[in-house]
Parts: sequence; C-alpha cells; structure tokens
Amino acid sequence: MRKAFAPLLVLAAVLFAAAPYFIAQAPYESTMGLIQKIMYFHVPSWIGMYSAILVCGVASALYLFRNNQAADRYAVSAAELAVMFGLMGLVTGPLWGRKAWGVWWEWDVRLTSALLLELVFVAYLLVRKYGGPGAEKLAAATALFGFAVAPFVYKSVDIWRTVHPKTSVVPTLPKVMAGPLALTAFAFLLLFLVLLTLRVRLAERQALLDELYLAHEE
Amino acid sequence: MGTVGRVGQMVWSSGVLRMGHVGRLILTSLLFALIVAPAALAIQTAPPGQSEYVPIKDLPATDQIPAAPLLIAAYAFVWIAVLFYLWTIWRRLGKVEDEMRTLAQKTMRR
Repeated sequence: MRKAFAPLLVLAAVLFAAAPYFIAQAPYESTMGLIQKIMYFHVPSWIGMYSAILVCGVASALYLFRNNQAADRYAVSAAELAVMFGLMGLVTGPLWGRKAWGVWWEWDVRLTSALLLELVFVAYLLVRKYGGPGAEKLAAATALFGFAVAPFVYKSVDIWRTVHPKTSVVPTLPKVMAGPLALTAFAFLLLFLVLLTLRVRLAERQALLDELYLAHEE
Repeated sequence: MGTVGRVGQMVWSSGVLRMGHVGRLILTSLLFALIVAPAALAIQTAPPGQSEYVPIKDLPATDQIPAAPLLIAAYAFVWIAVLFYLWTIWRRLGKVEDEMRTLAQKTMRR
C-alpha cells in the first residue's frame, strides 16, 4: 500500500483536476437543472463512506475475534474516514434538497437512518477516545453494528416511501451523466485509499510511541 | 385621332398616366401592408394584460432559490473537509514525531 501511495496520490490529483471539466460537460437534468450537478460529489462521498465502513467492519471483526493489532489500526483509521465522508454526504445532500425539494431536511427513513449511521461511527471514535481501558473492544463491537446496519440504510429508499431518489436512479443514468459520475466516484475511492494510507501511518507511529514509552518506563 | 385618342394624348402629356403608374405601385404596397401587417401582428400577439400581480410568497419555494450558490457551497465544503482532515493528520503526525524525539533524547541522557 505504501509503495502505491505516490502513484495513487498523483492519479487522484489528476482525476480531481479533470472532474470539473467533465461535470460541466454533463447535461442538465430535466426537472432539477443546475443543482442536480451536486450528484457528482454527493454520491461519491457516500461511496467513500461505505468503503470506509467496509474496511472498518472487516478490520474490527479481525481485531475482536483474532486480536489482530494491525487490523485495529485500520479500523480506527477507516472509522475516521467514514465520519468525514459521511459528513460530506450529510452536508451536500441538504444543499441539494433545499433547491430540489424546497426544504433543507426531511425526517424520512433514508435521511434519518443515514444520520444515525454517521452517529454510530462518531460514537466509535468517542468510545475509543474516552472509553478508558478496553475501549478498543467496545468500539470494535460498535463498528460491527454500524457495518451490519449500513446495507439497510442503502436499501431503505427501495423498502420505504421517501423523498430521496431510489437506488435504481444511478444504474439507469444515461452515458453522458454516468461517465462523469464514474470518474468522480473513482477519484473519491482513490482519495479514500490515499487518506487511509496516511491515517494508518499515523496510527502505526502512535503505536510505536506507546511501545517506546513503555520501554522507557521499564 | 378620335375623342378617346385625344383624351389619352392629353392625359399622357399632362403626366397623369405616368403618375398613375407610380401611384399603382404605392397603392399596391399600401394594400399589401394593410393585409399582411395585421396578419403578422396576429401571429405575434402579446399576452393579455395582467389583471393582478402575484406576490412572490405564492410562488413554489424551489423557484425562489438560486441553484449556483448552493452548488458552489457543496463543492467548497467537500474540498474544505478534505483539506482540514489532511491538516489534522499532518498536525498529529508532527506531534507524535516531536514526542518520539523528546523520548529519544531522554533515553540518551540516561
């Protein structure tokens, strides 16, 4: 991962530099017009969050059941990224909704469950920071809960009646809109990998510092 | 030359016929204008005058909100969030490295 860091960073930078051109070239949506172009950052931010949840969930399971310390470092790093990408989705969504629906927020199933999912990972970070001894295990269990809930949040728009568009919207996009969306989604995935690599590096240095303190005290 | 011929000669010499020719052109143009202009006006009929003004609060909320500032705010927020997160990682890494250096110096003094 560390060897691929520089090429990933360069590729992500190139894609983000090219993204505005392709987003500008994409046609306007017939009913929403200009504001619909928020989609090209809104949907990828949720893709980033779900990728982070996947990494955090798997790594937490490895830590919880096999006591893998390296996995725990991946879990805490991915949890932070889940919160960051989730925050992007929760901010860009209401900005889109304000124009498209006429309201900033609607307490419907998708929006509310997405907010709760964000709060689950905020809780993970708070438990780790203030939970005291054994907080890592408790946080890992919280991450597993978030990991299990995430698919329901995604499918909620198909199960219940909400103001949010259904999951069928993205696969049925015409090529002229799907192309720029695929580009930004890929750019966000690369950004996720770059940030994860950096954050894991920080976690490794922190773990090494803890070991050095213990050795120093002995 | 009969009577008709003489009248014709008189009309021609007085220039009435020539004037009449130009007059016919003018008359045809006027008739054309009178026939075509109302038809053209009928096609581009202005909407009927408003009987009342509708207050803005009665318009749908989505029509009152400009899209561009919201779009710019969304994209700006994403970039600010990424840059802020990168800054926090950089700051925390710096703190850890500083602590490591301090600890190494303490160990050296021992």
